[in-house]
Amino acid sequence: MKALLWRDLQLAIRAGGGFGLSLAFFLIVCTLVPFGVGADGGQLSRIAAGILWVGALLSCLLSLDRIFALDHEDGSLDLLATAPLPLEGMVAIKALAHWLTTGLPLVICSPVLGILLHLPGAAYPWLVLSLTVGTPALSMLGAFGAALTVGLRRGGLLLSLLVLPLYVPTLIFGAETVRRGLMGTEVTTPLVFLAGITFATLALVPFAAAAALRVNLR
Amino acid sequence: MTLISVRDLAVARGGLRVIESLDFSLSGGQALVLRGPNGSGKTTLLRTLAGLQPAVAGQIDCPPDSIAYAGHADGLKPALTVSENLSFWASVFGGPAIGPALVAMNLTELTARPAHTLSAGQKRRLGLARLMVTGRPLWLLDEPTVSLDSNSVALFAAMLRAHLAAGGAALVATHIDLGLPEAGLLDLTPYRANLTRRDDRPAGFNEAFA
Repeated sequence: MKALLWRDLQLAIRAGGGFGLSLAFFLIVCTLVPFGVGADGGQLSRIAAGILWVGALLSCLLSLDRIFALDHEDGSLDLLATAPLPLEGMVAIKALAHWLTTGLPLVICSPVLGILLHLPGAAYPWLVLSLTVGTPALSMLGAFGAALTVGLRRGGLLLSLLVLPLYVPTLIFGAETVRRGLMGTEVTTPLVFLAGITFATLALVPFAAAAALRVNLR
Repeated sequence: MTLISVRDLAVARGGLRVIESLDFSLSGGQALVLRGPNGSGKTTLLRTLAGLQPAVAGQIDCPPDSIAYAGHADGLKPALTVSENLSFWASVFGGPAIGPALVAMNLTELTARPAHTLSAGQKRRLGLARLMVTGRPLWLLDEPTVSLDSNSVALFAAMLRAHLAAGGAALVATHIDLGLPEAGLLDLTPYRANLTRRDDRPAGFNEAFA
Protein backbone atom coordinates (compact mmCIF):
# COMPACT_ATOMS: atom_id res chain seq x y z
CA MET A 1 0.00 0.00 0.00
CA LYS A 2 2.82 2.37 0.90
CA ALA A 3 4.54 1.46 -2.35
CA LEU A 4 1.44 2.35 -4.38
CA LEU A 5 1.02 5.69 -2.60
CA TRP A 6 4.69 6.51 -3.06
CA ARG A 7 4.59 5.58 -6.74
CA ASP A 8 1.51 7.73 -7.40
CA LEU A 9 3.10 10.71 -5.65
CA GLN A 10 6.32 10.22 -7.60
CA LEU A 11 4.42 9.99 -10.89
CA ALA A 12 2.46 13.14 -10.09
CA ILE A 13 5.57 15.15 -9.33
CA ARG A 14 7.66 13.98 -12.29
CA ALA A 15 7.45 15.48 -15.76
CA GLY A 16 4.00 15.14 -17.30
CA GLY A 17 2.48 14.07 -14.00
CA GLY A 18 -0.09 16.86 -13.86
CA PHE A 19 0.78 17.91 -10.31
CA GLY A 20 0.77 21.60 -11.20
CA LEU A 21 -2.26 21.41 -13.47
CA SER A 22 -4.99 21.78 -10.84
CA LEU A 23 -3.03 24.36 -8.92
CA ALA A 24 -2.43 26.44 -12.05
CA PHE A 25 -6.11 26.22 -12.97
CA PHE A 26 -7.14 27.35 -9.48
CA LEU A 27 -4.72 30.26 -9.75
CA ILE A 28 -6.09 31.23 -13.18
CA VAL A 29 -9.72 31.16 -12.04
CA CYS A 30 -8.99 33.25 -8.96
CA THR A 31 -6.91 35.84 -10.83
CA LEU A 32 -9.38 36.18 -13.70
CA VAL A 33 -12.49 36.70 -11.57
CA PRO A 34 -11.43 40.16 -10.24
CA PHE A 35 -10.85 41.28 -13.83
CA GLY A 36 -14.25 40.01 -14.88
CA VAL A 37 -16.22 41.32 -11.90
CA GLY A 38 -14.50 44.68 -11.68
CA ALA A 39 -12.30 46.34 -9.10
CA ASP A 40 -15.10 47.01 -6.60
CA GLY A 41 -13.65 45.50 -3.42
CA GLY A 42 -16.97 45.24 -1.63
CA GLN A 43 -18.58 43.23 -4.36
CA LEU A 44 -15.57 40.92 -4.64
CA SER A 45 -15.37 40.23 -0.95
CA ARG A 46 -19.04 39.22 -0.96
CA ILE A 47 -18.51 36.54 -3.60
CA ALA A 48 -14.92 35.57 -2.66
CA ALA A 49 -15.86 32.55 -0.57
CA GLY A 50 -18.03 31.13 -3.33
CA ILE A 51 -15.41 31.78 -6.01
CA LEU A 52 -12.71 30.04 -3.98
CA TRP A 53 -14.90 27.00 -3.41
CA VAL A 54 -16.05 26.76 -7.03
CA GLY A 55 -12.46 27.23 -8.20
CA ALA A 56 -11.22 24.45 -5.91
CA LEU A 57 -13.99 22.16 -7.11
CA LEU A 58 -13.35 22.75 -10.80
CA SER A 59 -9.59 22.35 -10.49
CA CYS A 60 -10.16 19.10 -8.64
CA LEU A 61 -12.42 17.94 -11.47
CA LEU A 62 -9.73 18.66 -14.03
CA SER A 63 -7.37 15.95 -12.83
CA LEU A 64 -9.89 13.22 -12.02
CA ASP A 65 -9.57 11.16 -15.16
CA ARG A 66 -5.90 10.57 -14.34
CA ILE A 67 -6.77 8.53 -11.26
CA PHE A 68 -7.43 5.26 -13.11
CA ALA A 69 -7.25 5.99 -16.86
CA LEU A 70 -3.46 6.01 -17.12
CA ASP A 71 -3.15 2.80 -15.12
CA HIS A 72 -5.79 1.20 -17.32
CA GLU A 73 -4.00 2.20 -20.54
CA ASP A 74 -0.63 0.76 -19.59
CA GLY A 75 -2.05 -2.42 -18.06
CA SER A 76 -1.09 -1.59 -14.46
CA LEU A 77 -4.71 -1.75 -13.38
CA ASP A 78 -5.03 -5.40 -14.49
CA LEU A 79 -1.86 -6.24 -12.60
CA LEU A 80 -2.96 -4.33 -9.49
CA ALA A 81 -6.27 -6.19 -9.61
CA THR A 82 -4.39 -9.50 -9.40
CA ALA A 83 -2.10 -8.22 -6.62
CA PRO A 84 -2.60 -9.23 -2.97
CA LEU A 85 -3.80 -5.69 -2.21
CA PRO A 86 -7.63 -5.63 -2.17
CA LEU A 87 -9.17 -3.47 -4.87
CA GLU A 88 -10.97 -1.41 -2.21
CA GLY A 89 -7.65 -0.58 -0.57
CA MET A 90 -6.19 0.33 -3.94
CA VAL A 91 -9.06 2.76 -4.60
CA ALA A 92 -8.61 4.38 -1.20
CA ILE A 93 -4.86 4.77 -1.73
CA LYS A 94 -5.26 6.25 -5.19
CA ALA A 95 -7.89 8.71 -3.93
CA LEU A 96 -5.54 9.65 -1.08
CA ALA A 97 -2.71 10.22 -3.56
CA HIS A 98 -5.05 12.37 -5.65
CA TRP A 99 -5.97 14.44 -2.60
CA LEU A 100 -2.33 14.86 -1.57
CA THR A 101 -1.38 16.10 -5.05
CA THR A 102 -4.42 18.28 -5.80
CA GLY A 103 -6.63 18.89 -2.73
CA LEU A 104 -3.87 19.63 -0.24
CA PRO A 105 -2.02 22.15 -2.45
CA LEU A 106 -5.35 23.91 -3.07
CA VAL A 107 -5.97 24.13 0.68
CA ILE A 108 -2.47 25.51 1.26
CA CYS A 109 -2.61 28.22 -1.39
CA SER A 110 -6.24 29.22 -0.88
CA PRO A 111 -5.46 31.93 1.76
CA VAL A 112 -3.08 33.65 -0.67
CA LEU A 113 -5.74 33.68 -3.38
CA GLY A 114 -8.22 34.86 -0.74
CA ILE A 115 -6.19 38.07 -0.45
CA LEU A 116 -6.46 38.48 -4.20
CA LEU A 117 -10.24 38.27 -3.93
CA HIS A 118 -10.55 40.68 -0.98
CA LEU A 119 -11.73 37.94 1.34
CA PRO A 120 -12.30 39.56 4.75
CA GLY A 121 -9.93 38.52 7.53
CA ALA A 122 -12.50 36.73 9.68
CA ALA A 123 -13.15 34.19 6.94
CA TYR A 124 -9.60 32.77 6.51
CA PRO A 125 -9.65 30.15 9.29
CA TRP A 126 -13.06 28.95 8.08
CA LEU A 127 -11.90 28.87 4.45
CA VAL A 128 -8.91 26.68 5.28
CA LEU A 129 -10.90 24.51 7.66
CA SER A 130 -13.82 23.97 5.26
CA LEU A 131 -11.50 23.16 2.35
CA THR A 132 -9.49 20.76 4.53
CA VAL A 133 -12.65 18.98 5.59
CA GLY A 134 -14.38 19.12 2.19
CA THR A 135 -11.72 18.41 -0.44
CA PRO A 136 -11.18 14.74 0.57
CA ALA A 137 -14.82 14.17 -0.41
CA LEU A 138 -14.08 15.69 -3.83
CA SER A 139 -11.22 13.23 -4.37
CA MET A 140 -13.24 10.26 -3.15
CA LEU A 141 -16.32 11.04 -5.26
CA GLY A 142 -13.99 11.72 -8.18
CA ALA A 143 -12.39 8.31 -7.73
CA PHE A 144 -15.85 6.76 -7.94
CA GLY A 145 -16.59 8.63 -11.19
CA ALA A 146 -13.18 7.72 -12.57
CA ALA A 147 -13.78 4.05 -11.75
CA LEU A 148 -17.14 4.12 -13.52
CA THR A 149 -15.70 5.60 -16.71
CA VAL A 150 -12.31 3.89 -16.75
CA GLY A 151 -12.72 1.78 -19.85
CA LEU A 152 -14.27 4.50 -21.98
CA ARG A 153 -12.34 6.43 -24.56
CA ARG A 154 -12.68 10.17 -24.03
CA GLY A 155 -14.53 9.43 -20.82
CA GLY A 156 -13.67 12.85 -19.42
CA LEU A 157 -16.93 14.50 -20.43
CA LEU A 158 -19.07 11.73 -19.00
CA LEU A 159 -16.94 11.74 -15.87
CA SER A 160 -17.56 15.48 -15.32
CA LEU A 161 -21.28 15.08 -15.87
CA LEU A 162 -21.47 12.14 -13.47
CA VAL A 163 -19.42 13.74 -10.75
CA LEU A 164 -20.68 17.34 -10.78
CA PRO A 165 -24.08 16.61 -9.18
CA LEU A 166 -22.31 14.58 -6.50
CA TYR A 167 -20.11 17.59 -5.77
CA VAL A 168 -23.03 19.96 -5.20
CA PRO A 169 -23.69 19.16 -1.49
CA THR A 170 -20.01 19.56 -0.65
CA LEU A 171 -19.97 22.91 -2.44
CA ILE A 172 -23.12 24.14 -0.69
CA PHE A 173 -22.00 23.26 2.82
CA GLY A 174 -18.37 24.29 2.19
CA ALA A 175 -19.23 27.75 0.89
CA GLU A 176 -21.93 28.15 3.56
CA THR A 177 -19.37 27.44 6.30
CA VAL A 178 -17.12 30.23 5.03
CA ARG A 179 -20.03 32.64 4.58
CA ARG A 180 -21.30 32.07 8.11
CA GLY A 181 -17.79 32.32 9.51
CA LEU A 182 -17.48 35.63 7.73
CA MET A 183 -20.72 36.97 9.21
CA GLY A 184 -19.82 35.67 12.64
CA THR A 185 -22.89 33.45 12.90
CA GLU A 186 -22.94 29.86 13.98
CA VAL A 187 -20.94 27.55 11.64
CA THR A 188 -21.38 24.20 13.33
CA THR A 189 -24.30 22.98 11.22
CA PRO A 190 -22.77 23.34 7.73
CA LEU A 191 -19.38 22.19 9.01
CA VAL A 192 -20.86 19.06 10.53
CA PHE A 193 -22.74 18.32 7.33
CA LEU A 194 -19.54 18.86 5.32
CA ALA A 195 -17.63 16.48 7.59
CA GLY A 196 -20.51 14.03 7.39
CA ILE A 197 -20.35 13.96 3.58
CA THR A 198 -16.60 13.44 3.68
CA PHE A 199 -16.82 10.59 6.17
CA ALA A 200 -19.65 8.97 4.23
CA THR A 201 -17.62 9.03 1.01
CA LEU A 202 -14.56 7.71 2.85
CA ALA A 203 -16.63 4.80 4.11
CA LEU A 204 -18.65 3.96 0.99
CA VAL A 205 -16.71 4.99 -2.10
CA PRO A 206 -13.89 2.42 -1.88
CA PHE A 207 -16.45 -0.38 -2.12
CA ALA A 208 -18.56 1.27 -4.83
CA ALA A 209 -15.52 2.21 -6.91
CA ALA A 210 -13.96 -1.24 -6.54
CA ALA A 211 -17.20 -2.83 -7.73
CA ALA A 212 -17.27 -0.48 -10.74
CA LEU A 213 -13.64 -1.33 -11.52
CA ARG A 214 -14.37 -5.06 -11.40
CA VAL A 215 -17.11 -4.62 -13.98
CA ASN A 216 -14.95 -2.40 -16.20
CA LEU A 217 -11.98 -4.77 -16.13
CA ARG A 218 -13.94 -7.64 -17.67
CA MET B 1 1.21 -30.30 -6.09
CA THR B 2 -1.63 -29.17 -8.33
CA LEU B 3 -1.45 -25.42 -8.86
CA ILE B 4 -4.57 -25.06 -10.92
CA SER B 5 -7.30 -27.40 -12.04
CA VAL B 6 -10.10 -26.42 -14.36
CA ARG B 7 -13.28 -28.42 -14.81
CA ASP B 8 -15.92 -27.95 -17.48
CA LEU B 9 -15.00 -24.28 -17.85
CA ALA B 10 -16.83 -21.92 -20.20
CA VAL B 11 -15.63 -18.36 -20.75
CA ALA B 12 -17.28 -15.49 -22.59
CA ARG B 13 -16.10 -12.37 -24.32
CA GLY B 14 -18.58 -9.52 -24.70
CA GLY B 15 -21.42 -11.75 -23.59
CA LEU B 16 -20.69 -14.48 -26.16
CA ARG B 17 -19.26 -17.83 -25.14
CA VAL B 18 -15.92 -18.50 -26.82
CA ILE B 19 -14.70 -21.62 -25.01
CA GLU B 20 -16.77 -24.44 -23.53
CA SER B 21 -16.19 -27.65 -21.55
CA LEU B 22 -12.50 -27.06 -21.03
CA ASP B 23 -10.72 -29.40 -18.61
CA PHE B 24 -7.08 -29.33 -17.68
CA SER B 25 -4.82 -29.17 -14.66
CA LEU B 26 -1.29 -27.99 -14.05
CA SER B 27 1.11 -29.11 -11.30
CA GLY B 28 4.39 -27.63 -10.14
CA GLY B 29 7.13 -28.02 -12.76
CA GLN B 30 4.70 -28.21 -15.68
CA ALA B 31 4.23 -25.80 -18.53
CA LEU B 32 1.37 -25.75 -20.97
CA VAL B 33 1.38 -23.92 -24.29
CA LEU B 34 -2.00 -22.60 -25.40
CA ARG B 35 -2.62 -22.69 -29.10
CA GLY B 36 -5.50 -21.60 -31.23
CA PRO B 37 -6.27 -19.24 -34.06
CA ASN B 38 -6.90 -15.52 -33.45
CA GLY B 39 -10.16 -15.00 -31.62
CA SER B 40 -10.25 -18.50 -30.20
CA GLY B 41 -10.34 -17.12 -26.65
CA LYS B 42 -6.75 -17.46 -25.44
CA THR B 43 -6.67 -14.02 -23.85
CA THR B 44 -10.20 -14.40 -22.47
CA LEU B 45 -9.26 -17.73 -20.91
CA LEU B 46 -6.12 -16.31 -19.30
CA ARG B 47 -8.00 -13.27 -17.95
CA THR B 48 -10.69 -15.53 -16.52
CA LEU B 49 -8.12 -17.75 -14.84
CA ALA B 50 -6.40 -14.66 -13.44
CA GLY B 51 -9.70 -13.64 -11.86
CA LEU B 52 -10.14 -10.49 -13.94
CA GLN B 53 -13.47 -11.69 -15.27
CA PRO B 54 -15.92 -14.29 -14.05
CA ALA B 55 -16.32 -17.69 -15.68
CA VAL B 56 -19.67 -18.38 -17.32
CA ALA B 57 -19.75 -21.97 -16.13
CA GLY B 58 -17.46 -24.55 -14.61
CA GLN B 59 -14.94 -24.53 -11.83
CA ILE B 60 -11.44 -23.12 -11.38
CA ASP B 61 -9.52 -24.44 -8.38
CA CYS B 62 -6.27 -22.82 -7.45
CA PRO B 63 -4.67 -21.70 -4.16
CA PRO B 64 -5.32 -18.02 -3.37
CA ASP B 65 -2.70 -15.48 -4.46
CA SER B 66 -0.82 -17.97 -6.59
CA ILE B 67 -1.23 -16.39 -10.03
CA ALA B 68 0.93 -13.84 -11.81
CA TYR B 69 -0.66 -12.56 -15.00
CA ALA B 70 1.20 -10.90 -17.87
CA GLY B 71 -1.04 -9.50 -20.58
CA HIS B 72 -0.42 -7.56 -23.76
CA ALA B 73 0.47 -4.42 -21.79
CA ASP B 74 3.50 -4.45 -19.53
CA GLY B 75 2.20 -2.19 -16.77
CA LEU B 76 5.22 0.11 -16.91
CA LYS B 77 5.22 3.77 -15.95
CA PRO B 78 7.17 5.79 -18.52
CA ALA B 79 8.31 8.38 -15.98
CA LEU B 80 9.86 5.79 -13.63
CA THR B 81 13.22 4.10 -14.17
CA VAL B 82 13.63 0.39 -14.85
CA SER B 83 14.58 -0.40 -11.26
CA GLU B 84 11.81 1.82 -9.83
CA ASN B 85 9.21 0.08 -11.98
CA LEU B 86 10.44 -3.34 -10.92
CA SER B 87 10.82 -2.42 -7.23
CA PHE B 88 7.26 -1.13 -7.22
CA TRP B 89 5.85 -4.45 -8.39
CA ALA B 90 8.15 -6.34 -6.02
CA SER B 91 6.80 -4.42 -3.04
CA VAL B 92 3.17 -4.62 -4.19
CA PHE B 93 3.39 -8.39 -4.51
CA GLY B 94 5.74 -8.77 -1.55
CA GLY B 95 8.10 -10.75 -3.75
CA PRO B 96 11.87 -11.33 -3.69
CA ALA B 97 14.60 -8.77 -4.47
CA ILE B 98 14.81 -7.40 -8.00
CA GLY B 99 18.49 -8.25 -8.61
CA PRO B 100 18.08 -11.79 -10.00
CA ALA B 101 15.19 -10.68 -12.23
CA LEU B 102 17.30 -7.89 -13.74
CA VAL B 103 20.11 -10.36 -14.43
CA ALA B 104 17.75 -12.99 -15.87
CA MET B 105 16.29 -10.62 -18.45
CA ASN B 106 19.63 -8.83 -19.13
CA LEU B 107 18.46 -5.47 -17.81
CA THR B 108 21.34 -4.67 -15.43
CA GLU B 109 22.80 -2.00 -17.71
CA LEU B 110 19.45 -0.27 -18.07
CA THR B 111 18.46 0.06 -14.40
CA ALA B 112 18.73 3.87 -14.26
CA ARG B 113 16.99 4.50 -17.59
CA PRO B 114 13.45 5.91 -17.52
CA ALA B 115 11.05 3.41 -19.05
CA HIS B 116 9.95 5.80 -21.79
CA THR B 117 13.43 5.66 -23.32
CA LEU B 118 13.36 1.86 -23.67
CA SER B 119 12.73 0.09 -26.96
CA ALA B 120 9.67 -2.12 -27.36
CA GLY B 121 11.71 -5.27 -26.78
CA GLN B 122 13.41 -3.82 -23.70
CA LYS B 123 10.02 -2.85 -22.26
CA ARG B 124 8.79 -6.39 -22.85
CA ARG B 125 11.87 -7.79 -21.09
CA LEU B 126 11.13 -5.53 -18.12
CA GLY B 127 7.50 -6.64 -18.17
CA LEU B 128 8.61 -10.27 -18.07
CA ALA B 129 11.18 -9.61 -15.33
CA ARG B 130 8.20 -8.45 -13.24
CA LEU B 131 6.99 -12.09 -13.15
CA MET B 132 10.06 -13.12 -11.18
CA VAL B 133 9.56 -10.45 -8.51
CA THR B 134 5.92 -11.40 -7.90
CA GLY B 135 7.12 -14.60 -6.25
CA ARG B 136 3.98 -16.36 -7.45
CA PRO B 137 4.10 -20.00 -8.56
CA LEU B 138 1.69 -19.94 -11.51
CA TRP B 139 2.45 -17.67 -14.45
CA LEU B 140 -0.27 -16.88 -17.00
CA LEU B 141 1.45 -15.41 -20.04
CA ASP B 142 -0.32 -13.85 -22.98
CA GLU B 143 1.95 -13.66 -26.03
CA PRO B 144 5.06 -13.09 -23.91
CA THR B 145 7.48 -13.07 -26.83
CA VAL B 146 5.94 -10.21 -28.82
CA SER B 147 8.71 -7.81 -29.98
CA LEU B 148 11.49 -9.93 -28.46
CA ASP B 149 14.54 -10.84 -30.59
CA SER B 150 15.78 -14.42 -30.71
CA ASN B 151 18.37 -13.86 -27.95
CA SER B 152 15.72 -12.43 -25.66
CA VAL B 153 13.38 -15.33 -26.45
CA ALA B 154 16.18 -17.65 -25.34
CA LEU B 155 16.64 -15.59 -22.14
CA PHE B 156 12.92 -15.83 -21.52
CA ALA B 157 12.91 -19.59 -22.14
CA ALA B 158 15.78 -19.96 -19.67
CA MET B 159 13.89 -17.89 -17.08
CA LEU B 160 10.78 -20.00 -17.62
CA ARG B 161 12.78 -23.22 -17.28
CA ALA B 162 14.32 -21.99 -14.00
CA HIS B 163 10.83 -21.13 -12.76
CA LEU B 164 9.59 -24.64 -13.62
CA ALA B 165 12.63 -26.22 -11.99
CA ALA B 166 11.85 -24.25 -8.82
CA GLY B 167 8.41 -25.89 -8.68
CA GLY B 168 6.46 -23.24 -10.56
CA ALA B 169 4.08 -23.71 -13.46
CA ALA B 170 3.15 -21.66 -16.51
CA LEU B 171 0.36 -21.39 -19.01
CA VAL B 172 1.63 -19.65 -22.13
CA ALA B 173 -0.42 -18.42 -25.06
CA THR B 174 1.97 -18.11 -27.95
CA HIS B 175 2.27 -18.63 -31.68
CA ILE B 176 6.01 -19.26 -31.81
CA ASP B 177 8.21 -22.13 -30.68
CA LEU B 178 9.63 -21.27 -27.26
CA GLY B 179 12.24 -24.03 -27.32
CA LEU B 180 10.59 -25.80 -24.42
CA PRO B 181 10.18 -29.39 -25.61
CA GLU B 182 8.98 -30.49 -22.16
CA ALA B 183 5.96 -28.18 -22.31
CA GLY B 184 2.58 -29.74 -23.03
CA LEU B 185 0.27 -28.46 -25.71
CA LEU B 186 -3.33 -27.34 -25.25
CA ASP B 187 -5.12 -26.60 -28.49
CA LEU B 188 -8.30 -24.61 -27.91
CA THR B 189 -9.89 -25.41 -31.27
CA PRO B 190 -11.87 -28.46 -30.04
CA TYR B 191 -13.29 -26.45 -27.12
CA ARG B 192 -14.62 -23.67 -29.29
CA ALA B 193 -18.13 -22.70 -28.21
CA ASN B 194 -20.95 -23.61 -30.51
CA LEU B 195 -22.24 -20.16 -31.41
CA THR B 196 -25.17 -21.46 -33.42
CA ARG B 197 -26.81 -22.68 -30.23
CA ARG B 198 -28.73 -19.68 -28.94
CA ASP B 199 -30.50 -21.15 -25.93
CA ASP B 200 -27.79 -19.80 -23.62
CA ARG B 201 -29.04 -16.30 -24.25
CA PRO B 202 -32.37 -15.65 -22.61
CA ALA B 203 -34.91 -13.40 -24.25
CA GLY B 204 -34.12 -9.75 -23.67
CA PHE B 205 -30.44 -10.59 -23.22
CA ASN B 206 -28.47 -7.43 -22.63
CA GLU B 207 -24.76 -7.58 -23.18
CA ALA B 208 -24.12 -4.86 -20.60
CA PHE B 209 -25.39 -7.11 -17.85
CA ALA B 210 -23.76 -10.30 -19.06
